[in-house]
Amino acid sequence: MNNEKKLYGIAATFKTPDEIIKAAKTTSSAGYISFDINTPYPVHGMDGAMKLKPSKLGFVTLIMGLTGASIALLLMFYTMSIEYPIVIGGKPFFALPAFIPITFELTVLLATLSTVGTMIALFFRLPDNKHPLHDTEYMKSVSNDKFGLVIESEDEKFNETEVLNFLKKLNPLTTELVYFPQEEAYPILQPKFLLFLISVAIVVSGGTYFSLNKLLIITPFNWMMDQEKVIPQKPSDIFADGRGMQLPVNGTVARGFIPYPYAGQTNPVEVLANPTLPTKENLELGKAKFFTYCSPCHGYFADGDSRLRGQFPNPPTLHSKRAKDFSDGMIYHIITNGQNVMPSYSSQITRDERWAIVNYVRVLQRAKNASDQDLIDMNKEAGSNVAN
Amino acid sequence: MNIDYSQEIPAVAGRLTLAQIEELVAKPMDTKPDKKFFIALTISGSLLMLGAVMIGLSFYYGTGLWGNNQPVGWAFPIVNFVFWVGIGHAGTLISAILFLLRQKWRTGIARFAEAMTIFAVMCAGIFPVIHTGRPWLAGYLLPYPNQHSLWVNFTSPLLWDVFAVSTYFTVSLVFWYVGLIPDFATMRDRTSSKLRKTIYSIFSLGWRHSNRHWTHYEKAYMLLAGFATPLVLSVHTIVSFDFAVSILPGWHATIFPPYFVAGAIFSGFAMVVTVLVFVRKIFDLQHIITIDHLERMNKIILSTGMMVGYAYAMEFFIAWYSGNPIESFVFINRAFGPYAWAYWIMVSCNVIFPQFFWFRKIRRSIPLMMIIVIFVNVGMWFERFVITVTSLSRDFLPSSWAYYKPTLVDGGILLGSFGLFFTLVILFTKALPVVSISEVKAVADGAQPTHHGGEHHE
Repeated sequence: MNNEKKLYGIAATFKTPDEIIKAAKTTSSAGYISFDINTPYPVHGMDGAMKLKPSKLGFVTLIMGLTGASIALLLMFYTMSIEYPIVIGGKPFFALPAFIPITFELTVLLATLSTVGTMIALFFRLPDNKHPLHDTEYMKSVSNDKFGLVIESEDEKFNETEVLNFLKKLNPLTTELVYFPQEEAYPILQPKFLLFLISVAIVVSGGTYFSLNKLLIITPFNWMMDQEKVIPQKPSDIFADGRGMQLPVNGTVARGFIPYPYAGQTNPVEVLANPTLPTKENLELGKAKFFTYCSPCHGYFADGDSRLRGQFPNPPTLHSKRAKDFSDGMIYHIITNGQNVMPSYSSQITRDERWAIVNYVRVLQRAKNASDQDLIDMNKEAGSNVAN
Repeated sequence: MNIDYSQEIPAVAGRLTLAQIEELVAKPMDTKPDKKFFIALTISGSLLMLGAVMIGLSFYYGTGLWGNNQPVGWAFPIVNFVFWVGIGHAGTLISAILFLLRQKWRTGIARFAEAMTIFAVMCAGIFPVIHTGRPWLAGYLLPYPNQHSLWVNFTSPLLWDVFAVSTYFTVSLVFWYVGLIPDFATMRDRTSSKLRKTIYSIFSLGWRHSNRHWTHYEKAYMLLAGFATPLVLSVHTIVSFDFAVSILPGWHATIFPPYFVAGAIFSGFAMVVTVLVFVRKIFDLQHIITIDHLERMNKIILSTGMMVGYAYAMEFFIAWYSGNPIESFVFINRAFGPYAWAYWIMVSCNVIFPQFFWFRKIRRSIPLMMIIVIFVNVGMWFERFVITVTSLSRDFLPSSWAYYKPTLVDGGILLGSFGLFFTLVILFTKALPVVSISEVKAVADGAQPTHHGGEHHE
């Protein structure tokens, strides 16, 4: 660029709205196209005088308004009818009447924001604080109470002296030559501007990270979580040994617990009598508990065929004469107390369950040594004669 | 009385020139604030601080500091929320509805009323958030894909509120800003201070008063007004749904949406008059905000006040006409129960006192109008109190009935919201043009072409 100033246009100011309307009409009829009128407020009839086409802004509003309505309806349809449908107040999953308020609000929001945004950014090409008209006497007077006309140098018919004469004929208050500013309009690579961009990026990303990852899940007060209480498996300051979990006091008896009088005796002289009856429920309970606790070593049928593949010594079969001659109380004693390598099951199996197991062991012993007569008796009871 | 109704009263009195209008409006911004300004700011700032401390205490110790308890869980916070949202409605009505109705007189007061809308909605926004008791979780109100894979309930009036109030705030702010752009440009071209010029340049976006821009600008302004009009009606309608969609007697009424909207405009105009009376006096704007403006607003207060009175009467009528004994009980309880004092304050302030505005002398007398509009402000606050508290304090189960009493902290937060509102208003009067310069210029005498040159015009 040489040192010569480049002309933007020639400006003239007028005193009254009538004069500016007349000036606009004359200018447009004279064939100038790149000209503009600057007035402190919209002057009625100016659009016609300048031969401007009606604004097309309404189409932006219409399209974006419809977009807002569709986004709202689709979002609600997807979230409430497809992704996570919940019945609320007996309404259908797609409750159109209840969706109307939000559809309306989003329509308005998107329509207005996009109208204003489009108008400013695309229709006006703002923000633009480097325009040649800024900081001229002309701009200061049309900002206040004068009415201005600029014929721009990019117009095809533009010729400096001709335009100046043309404007003088309109009887203006003042005329002014407006030049382009000398420096480059947008010094984008200025270090200051780059620094500004970087700091904006840091602030925005930091702020986003902080609000999404910290602020939104922050718990400012957690008094309810930090209470003076014992939490299982955790240390605690309440007790001298620093543990939360404590052994019960000596002699404590749990609810429903009856002390076993023969605990610790290998060969008790006397044992308890069986307090239960082998009812169907009792035997089913015994079967379930036998399967859980006894069958891993004793086998499902108490044959002593362990499922542990030799990782633990196999117990003897429970169908031996010795085992069959045990009293109910003795089997109960063995479960409670343990025997040889078998540990005590008193802490794992309740009293009633132990008796149920005893009854079930009796059933197994009987079943393994059934006689023919048993089958006949059973069929009689069942009312069928399959075996005959 | 011989008034010529065939001629419109001029929107700007005193035959001011365009430059004089600008001079008048820009004066508060060009001059240094005086002692009165700082006294006013100190008072409102102290109230704001009081409110901030009370909210801080509530955050620290929890909402147990408030009077809210079973059965009245929706006490002061919701009353104040509805009150402030209502105050905001006058601004949009003046800026949007009166614009669509081509009321030229709106230009003098529109900017100020819009600013009050924004400040009032800011005050309103505080209350539902603190009422949740866990304000830091307010982010969950937005529908965003989250780790709980849960969505908000789009069929709930409380969520509609979130959308309505935030849309209302955003659109009002944008509407306000669009109106301010030409005035920022005017201020930019007036000032000689470098700092202020930079600030005004940034906010004016480089506006050039170009007619190629004005033509789109006017279109956009009309579109925005067209959207703001149903929006303002929708906002208080949705606020009333908070009540009307519930099944509580006294709330479950189809009259609520129009009744709330009328009440909102009523209270909003009262607040606008309250503040404008001071502003026009302090900033010498009597020629721009004329006594005719105030009289017109008083007429609107009178008419909306009667709409509100009609709604009060209709509620009683429907309670009797429906033959529903519970409904009748609620309304008799409202007028003669433990909160009868609040009910009669409401009726006298909202229905009886505005009747004085039938007299032209009272409509045009500043001291009398001040008294009446302050009564209206009080009355409309009590209307929300009566609706919210009486229905809740005696609900379906007589064993849980209780008498709600607010605590000092409740009162402090309410005062704090007034402090916030007036602090913002006071700062606004010094920072921005309180009257739209370009709009008032456009309706001044001789501002538009006469078309007497024998040339046709559209």
